[in-house]
Amino acid sequence: MLNRRLLIASVTLGAALFAAPVAQAQDKSIIVASTTSTRDSGLFEYLLPKFKAKTGITVKVVAQGTGKALDTGRRCDADVLFVHAKAAEEKFVKEGYGGPRHPVMYNDFVVVGPKSDPAGIKGMKDVGKALVTLMNKKADFISRGDNSGTNKAELRLWKASGVNIDKQKGPWYKAIGQGMGATLNAAAASNGYTLTDRATWIHFKNKQNLVIEVEGDKRLFNQYGVFLVNPKRCPHVKVDLGQAFINYLISPEGQTVIKGYKVDGQELFYPDANDPNA
Amino acid sequence: MRTPALDLPVRLLEVRVRTGAVAILDGITMMLEAGAPTVLVGPNGAGKTTLLRVAMGLIRPTSGLITWGGREICPPTRRAIMFQRPAMLRRSAAGNIRYALAAAGVPRAKRDARIAQLIADVGLKGLEHRPARRLSGGEQQRLALARALARDPDLLFLDEPTASLDPAATNAIEDIVRNVTARGVKVVMSTHDLGQANRLAGEIVLLHRGRLIESGPAAEFFASPRTEQTRKFIAGELLV
Amino acid sequence: MPDDTSALQLVLSGDPTLFAIVRLSLFMSLSAVLFATLIGVPFGALLALTRFPGRETAIVVANALMGLPPVVVGLAIYLLLSRSGPLGFLGLLFTVQAMIIAQAVLVTPIIAALARQTIEDLWAEYRDEMAAMNIGPLQRVVTLIWDARFSLVTSLLAGFGRAAAEVGAIIIVGGNIDGFTRTMTTAIALETSKGDLPLAIGLGMILIAIVIVINALAWVARRVGERYAG
Ligand SMILES: Nc1ncnc2c1ncn2[C@@H]1O[C@H](COP(=O)(O)OP(=O)(O)OP(=O)(O)O)[C@@H](O)[C@H]1O
Ligand SMILES: [Mg+2]
Repeated sequence: MLNRRLLIASVTLGAALFAAPVAQAQDKSIIVASTTSTRDSGLFEYLLPKFKAKTGITVKVVAQGTGKALDTGRRCDADVLFVHAKAAEEKFVKEGYGGPRHPVMYNDFVVVGPKSDPAGIKGMKDVGKALVTLMNKKADFISRGDNSGTNKAELRLWKASGVNIDKQKGPWYKAIGQGMGATLNAAAASNGYTLTDRATWIHFKNKQNLVIEVEGDKRLFNQYGVFLVNPKRCPHVKVDLGQAFINYLISPEGQTVIKGYKVDGQELFYPDANDPNA
Repeated sequence: MRTPALDLPVRLLEVRVRTGAVAILDGITMMLEAGAPTVLVGPNGAGKTTLLRVAMGLIRPTSGLITWGGREICPPTRRAIMFQRPAMLRRSAAGNIRYALAAAGVPRAKRDARIAQLIADVGLKGLEHRPARRLSGGEQQRLALARALARDPDLLFLDEPTASLDPAATNAIEDIVRNVTARGVKVVMSTHDLGQANRLAGEIVLLHRGRLIESGPAAEFFASPRTEQTRKFIAGELLV
Repeated sequence: MPDDTSALQLVLSGDPTLFAIVRLSLFMSLSAVLFATLIGVPFGALLALTRFPGRETAIVVANALMGLPPVVVGLAIYLLLSRSGPLGFLGLLFTVQAMIIAQAVLVTPIIAALARQTIEDLWAEYRDEMAAMNIGPLQRVVTLIWDARFSLVTSLLAGFGRAAAEVGAIIIVGGNIDGFTRTMTTAIALETSKGDLPLAIGLGMILIAIVIVINALAWVARRVGERYAG
């Protein structure tokens, strides 16, 4: 009968539809867990096609907060991690979840805030002093609060400034638990201050009244590392393809590509694969 | 002619149907035998529809016993019913009949011819492809009759089959009842039209408040009612 | 996707990336609705037509699951499909299939609950006739689903609407991978996070337009179908 034919047809169709992308997934590809700020910087769209052209390997980037990205690696759901939270990365490697870690590049954080600068921190060379001023003036500060690399960097900066932010924060300190873009949106909407990586900042379209208040302090440098997820723990890790990606990033060729990525004429990332301390 | 009907006779013994404290049928004992139609009469709410459903096997008696050809359990393969308010399947008129034919196990190849015949029998020619739900009340009733006939039953229950029909259609349906009876089908029907009851019935059964008041051959029933209630009912007086 | 163009320009210029995203979104949502239908409609019919202990509870639960929080579903499926989860061996995390599974889980209760209501209502109508025609249980289900198909389309549309608009679950299990698991909604979330609000709104409008077109098509199909089938 008609309905039976219809049923068979739709089941077949459904099976076919479902199977189609499976076949496609067999090709050479790896999953790289990275951070939202790396993705939002636009670097991958510039770099990955060049890598693919050279090696034929498709890199699928899952952008998450650094904490989540490390967790993804711990759960064996990625082949390579490309993140920026040196201490957490080293802990990850030490615990046997992956490695060895290779430094790739750094960029820097900047403190942004409203053009009117109600706290008066614009131009400060010492980020610690700027943060303490923000706290004393109870100026609105938007924190990502999502355990990301940027979030960790922010917490480190508070600590380095002698502030125990957990104890000393008040209603002026808003941890929103979201990505960099959402945090910038929130800062723009509420005339607040926040800490962002420069790459995301340059790419960000909804700046409204936000401007850079503080930049250039050495403590604002943001180091990126890359490493393979441990194939002994995670047998599915594509060691060869993943290692090829890592080797490319730290090769002279890859480093040149990274240095060549510019937005509005500004260099965003500074390659430093050869710096053993990075 | 047809093979002897396996479902007959239908025997009801002290059949009681109640919902909560109310007895809808209250101790009905009767027998439906092959032959001329049995016609149920009685005021609104007397229990005619309920009795037909019990005899069809759609309602189990709360107490008492019903048997079809001596069997207590007897699926309605050789019985059909046309409901007082038939539900139309969401298909065309022909589709409704086709469904009934399929349900009755009529081979696919024979269905089209049967549909044409049944459509003609109930006077729905030209309306085969109309969605059944968009037929008029009377047309729907005729379609329901065609659907019941499609099952080629030995035992056919008709619940007020001509209630919303025009005089010509009423005559046509009465003819159908006579025809199927002549073919050996036992018809059990309810009606409020005493003239119709008189025209069609072999046996008439008067129900009132769930009780069987009187039953007997049509001629006797009308000519010499045995109870006061029957006399009043025939005279069109209110029963109490 | 190029940055300095509006969504409208992208559409007009036939931007292949955008079309790939739209195609993936449709493929994903329609597949999810298909699977949800294959599971939800029979399950709804089962709830409508059978009496078993716990049925009332099952109905309440199915109705409540219509409001299943997508993030929770996403997280649960993430944990299931993760390499270190019980279904990790399938290797489905961060794939389109994972997104389809998540959406099917979200949509199935909607379709099941609405199908149950539709089928139960129709059965109230058909019940006596079917009993009189001695229709067996399986044929009964098939007939009711078939005859209720135009009403069931409405529940499928409700399911499709939810699937097409959903982002919380698929971004978790799909990973929003550029060119692979990026859909209209995850792209909107991404553009919003990049602060590219005009592009996000443009994409949103395309999404709404698609949902409207699909609903309109279904509506026309339903009207035409009903005219012929009643
Ligand atoms: N399912 C039910 N629940 C409660 N009461 C019912 C039910 N079915 C029937 N009744 C009651 O039982 C009585 C008999 O109903 P039935 O339909 O058999 O009457 P009837 O003789 O066919 O009446 P009519 O001439 O109006 O069709 C009525 O009072 C009706 O309200
Ligand atoms: Mg009645």
